[in-house]
This record gives sequence, C-alpha cells and structure tokens, in this order.
Amino acid sequence: MSKRIEVRDLNVYYGSFKAVEDVTLTIEPRSVTAFIGPSGCGKSTFLRTLNRMHEVIPGARVEGEVLVDGNNLYGKGVDPVLVRRQVGMVFQRPNPFPTMSIADNVLAGVKLNNRRIAKSDAEALVETSLRGANLWNEVKDRLDRPGSSLSGGQQQRLCIARAIAVEPEVILMDEPCSALDPISTLAIEDLIEELKTEYTIVIVTHNMQQASRVSDKTAFFNIAGTGKPGKLIEYDETATIFSNPSVKATEDYVSGKFG
Amino acid sequence: MTTPAPGQAPAAPTGQIDAVERRGDRVFSRIAVGAGTAILVALAAVAVFLIAQSLPALWAPEGSFRGTDGTFWDYVAPLAFGTVWAAALALLMAVPLAVGIALFISHYAPRRLAQPLGYIIDLLAAVPSVVYGLWGITVLAPATVPLYEWLAENAGWFPLFAGPASGTGRTVLTVAIVLAVMVLPIITALCREVFVQTPTLHQEAAYALGATWWEMVRMTVFPYARSGIISASMLGLGRALGETMAVAMVLSPSAIISFAVIQSENPSTIAANIALNFPESAGIQVNALIATGLVLFVITLVVNSVARWIVSRHERSLESR
Repeated sequence: MSKRIEVRDLNVYYGSFKAVEDVTLTIEPRSVTAFIGPSGCGKSTFLRTLNRMHEVIPGARVEGEVLVDGNNLYGKGVDPVLVRRQVGMVFQRPNPFPTMSIADNVLAGVKLNNRRIAKSDAEALVETSLRGANLWNEVKDRLDRPGSSLSGGQQQRLCIARAIAVEPEVILMDEPCSALDPISTLAIEDLIEELKTEYTIVIVTHNMQQASRVSDKTAFFNIAGTGKPGKLIEYDETATIFSNPSVKATEDYVSGKFG
Repeated sequence: MTTPAPGQAPAAPTGQIDAVERRGDRVFSRIAVGAGTAILVALAAVAVFLIAQSLPALWAPEGSFRGTDGTFWDYVAPLAFGTVWAAALALLMAVPLAVGIALFISHYAPRRLAQPLGYIIDLLAAVPSVVYGLWGITVLAPATVPLYEWLAENAGWFPLFAGPASGTGRTVLTVAIVLAVMVLPIITALCREVFVQTPTLHQEAAYALGATWWEMVRMTVFPYARSGIISASMLGLGRALGETMAVAMVLSPSAIISFAVIQSENPSTIAANIALNFPESAGIQVNALIATGLVLFVITLVVNSVARWIVSRHERSLESR
C-alpha cells in the first residue's frame, strides 16, 4: 500500500515568486520522513506539491517531476483529484467537517464521486479506520455525535482516520501536532509509528525533538533571506542530521544556534 | 475597576462594586438605548395605526367591498394569496440563480471578473422598482407571450401552465420574473458574503480527500452557509412580498384564487391593490385597504419569525456540537 516518492528538480512558484528551488530527493516506502526548517523556508509548500494541494492557491505552479512509483504526478492528463486520493493529507489544525457526525467524517472521502457503500461495509470501515487511528475505544459509543464534539487531539486523530479510510499510498502531515497539547502529541506520534508499517509518511514539523523521535530520514530546508526561494540544504538519516550533519547551517539549526 | 478609586466611598455593603462611569460611555449607551427604543416605537406606531384603522373594515357588513359581495375576509383572501404566490414563485426562481451567481463570484471566477460582476449585481439593487415595472410591461410581457402560448399548448396538462394563455403576457408569472430580478441582488450579495467566509481549513480538508470542486462546495460551503442562505432568501422574500410598483404596473388583476400562472386572470397582490385603489377609495373602502395592509404586515411578520426560528435552530445545533 505504500510507495516510493521521487522528486526531481522541483521548483515551486507563487505567481512570479519562486518559493522553493531545485529540490531533488527520494522518499522510501514505509518510512517516516520529516521536513524541518525555519518558518517560510518552503517546507509546507513543498509538502503540498506532493499531492498537488498547492494548486488550491491561485497562481501556484510547479516545474519538475514528482514520481510516485514511477508515475509523474504532473504528467499530462493526470487528474489532481485522483492524485489526492492516493496521497492523503493531515493539516496543522484539526479540521473535521463540523456538520458531519464522527462516522460520516470517516466516510467523507469514501463517499465521494457518488461511490456507494453498503451499510455493513461502511460500519466495518469506520471501525477499522478509527482503530487504525487509535480512536475507536474513545468514540465507539458516540459515532453519531458531531466530529467537533471531540477534543483537539481526538479531532486530529479523526482527521487521520478520515485520511486512511480512503486507503492512500502516502500520508502527508503538515505540522499535525502544532495545535495540540503534549499528551495528544504523544498519542499522534505513537500513531505515526504504527502507521509507517503500512504507509509512506511525510511530516513537516517545527519540533525538532518530534522529528528525531518519529522520523527515519530528515530533510532540512532553509532560505538565504526574505524574498529568496527555499532550498533543500541537507537530506539524510535522522540520526545523522541530528548528531553529525555535514552542512554547517543544519548543525546550527538543530542545535538551536540558528540566526 | 475591581477596587474603588482612592477618595471614593467604599463599596456598598451589598457587595456591589461601583464602576467608574465615564462620560463617553454614558453618552454612547444612551444613544444606543435611544436608537433601540426608537425602532420599537416606530414599529408599535405603525401597528397601532394599522389595527385602529382596520377595525371598521373587519366588522363591516357583507357587500361593502370592491369586487366581492362577501365579508372583508372574502375580499382579502385572493389578495393575500396573490401576494404569497407571486413572492414564492419569484423566490423559487431567484434563490437557485442567486446561489449560483454567488458561488461563481466567491469560488470560481478569476478575481478580475468576480469583482466587476459583484458591482453589477449590487447595481441591480439600485434600480428603482418603477423602472422594473416599465421594463416588465414594455419588454418582458410582450416577449413572454409566445413562450406562454407554447407552454399552454405543450405543458397545459400541468395545472400551473393550464391555458388559455394570456394575450398580453401580463400574468403572475411575468410579475414573478420581474420580482425575481429585483430580489436577486440582495440574495446574491448576502450569499456571497457568507460563502467567502467558509473556513479554508474545511475546503482544504475536502480537497485533500480527493473531492472535486463541486463536491468540495457541497461538503463544506453549503453546510457552512446554510443559515446564511436562508436569511438571505427571507430578506428577498420580504422585498418581494411588499413590492408595489412593479406588480401594479405589470399585472392585470382579478379577484380570484388560481394557481395557473399564464392565464389572463391573475390574483393581485396586497401592496399593488392598495396602490391602485387608494386614490379612488373613500370611507369604509379606505379602512378595507388599510386592513389588507395589516394582513400584509402579519404575513411578513410570520415569514420573518419562521426564518429566524429556522436559522436559530440551525445555529444552536452547530453550537451544541
């Protein structure tokens, strides 16, 4: 269910502004890859190009290739809607649909495109997805309650359940814990650890301890200054990045000497 | 202030703390209270006038009203029906169109197209209703005649389009079209305001699941904007119910209750009836016209209350979540 992602010479523009320059990296299947770097360095922008979510912003465009198991996401005739079904995403702030129940939230992606699903299948899928997101035991008695009745951490796990219900190949997480308290953060990190046995996970984080705890490989992004494009500075095993990085800027950043 | 300022008397023994009153605050609070009271007084004054002037008509003997030999209720029934019927038809046409336009402006059109379009819609609201009336009578009514004939011929089995078609096009359907154009701007403008406020987070959530544009709209924009759409429609309905000039000019009225929309006999509306008949009325007939105004007042009040109730119920169900 998980796939390798190869990025080749990727540039991202917002209108005429170049936000990310010349990124080339390979993300291994069934691994957790963390993107770290200062604010505005383009790591979230880059993450969004992996499922074409940047296209939601007017004027955003991409040069280069993103290959998921050899298929270019930016090839001719590739439908971004289908790309996003393959590459799921979890956002910075929990965003369950407020008018839908917990169960409907989980099924939201599955029911798209007029796909019909038998009631028993739907119930089974809700259970497996919520179990997969470590949320089942907390919500099994109130599946018909609105998703927004949950706590922030539970909502974020509901969003993860919603993402895995459509059985994507890859899950992108854009600072998934930045709006959560430490206990909920721990729950999400444990979940990431479990999810990586089945999915390829890419996570953007500002929390370097988190990157070192959950990820196998880490990519460090940086910008030379405001108005300059973000660049991939170093990409290596997480242990190497945090103990023995080969670039001075990386060392400064991970040791807190940045700036 | 939680502690009394130095030199001030200590707090009253009841435990109440005297807040320092500032002159600006006092002035503005008086102005606000005054404004709030003024609107209530104005409303009460209108209601008292309507009721007081209506009473004679309500108890008047049968046969003292134009166009009927029954009581006041026989007189007002076709008018009340015509009012609600024309407004409902107008809303039926205007709301889907307005929601579509608003959605186009808020979520689909490129910015340089969306903004001028928004201005044009607002401009429609500034056109005086008498101009719409002129347009309805000179342009729209003649233009609809062939359409109505076609409808009567081919869709006549459907009660709404039962023939014979009007030869002038001055039917309740024409009126409803004019009204729809008139209420379109307000509904569109309000819907657009609500649509653009749909949280980006929710829209992105839908897209990230692989939703198409339309699915995103259905999953996030419409649920979020539901109460806004209802409020906007009710404001439009209020305007359609009370519209006078355009209806008075376009419609050729009769005192009947009929759902057929393309025949030459159409129920008039309360407001248009007052405008047309007031100059030639005297005595009890004036009271009767004012009484129909009271009925319109009540209809509007009921419609608005129902809308408020729907909206508040929806908001409460969102809050409890």
